[in-house]
Amino acid sequence: MDRIPILKLGDLLLVTIQVDMHDQLALALEDDLGQRIVETGAHGVLIDISSVELVDSFIGRMLGNIAAMARVLDAITVVVGMRPAVAITLVDLGLSLPQIRTALDVDAGVALLNGLLVAQTDGR
Amino acid sequence: MWATTSAEDSVPLHSSRDVVRARQLVRDHAVAMGFSLVEQTKLVTAASELARNTVDYGGGGTVDIARVEGRGGTGIRLTFVDEGPGIPDVELALRDHYTTGTGLGMGLGGARRLVNEFEIESTVGVGTRITVTKWKRP
Repeated sequence: MDRIPILKLGDLLLVTIQVDMHDQLALALEDDLGQRIVETGAHGVLIDISSVELVDSFIGRMLGNIAAMARVLDAITVVVGMRPAVAITLVDLGLSLPQIRTALDVDAGVALLNGLLVAQTDGR
Repeated sequence: MWATTSAEDSVPLHSSRDVVRARQLVRDHAVAMGFSLVEQTKLVTAASELARNTVDYGGGGTVDIARVEGRGGTGIRLTFVDEGPGIPDVELALRDHYTTGTGLGMGLGGARRLVNEFEIESTVGVGTRITVTKWKRP
């Protein structure tokens, strides 16, 4: 079965979704990410959806589930690169993904994650 | 009926891969007809929600894709048909956050907001037919 690759970049995991995901592929990504967070001890997950042309309720739920699961595993998730047409459609669909942190691109996402992780460490 | 149809396509819907195939074909038609990127995205997202419902709740079925012309100009009409258990209370099913499965309950009501016309006929024990139309903005 095909899988979405997960790259480790220092303390972060980077996922770039470049295919039109069917539902099983999205579920496999959730499972794989949980596994990789535990294996690597990563504290940040960056999901790049700049190539994604469609986020429906299923993919929206997957993003929310990943963020919630990562949170429980002591990692922060940032979704980056959402296309404007996708954002407009999501709001019409009734999904505003309040539980998900977002940034406009990978650079901004890395900066946001690093800032959040520093703030978290200082607070401990 | 004032609408005329052409360029029919029919896609069987039995798995999540069929859902992907259906939404890609809907996208192809929308691009070919010159729908704006936002209109394409809304229509394809509605198609994805309804196709998934056909697979997950309707026990599989088909979607017919038609280019239509009418008072609204040119558009795309999608007809999802299944012979599944049917929807006992359509009003309830259209309500946001209502789900009988494991979903978010945004599919049906959400899809209705993404298109211009939305019709649903469902008979318990017989099946469900959902017809949606999105008109191209002039």
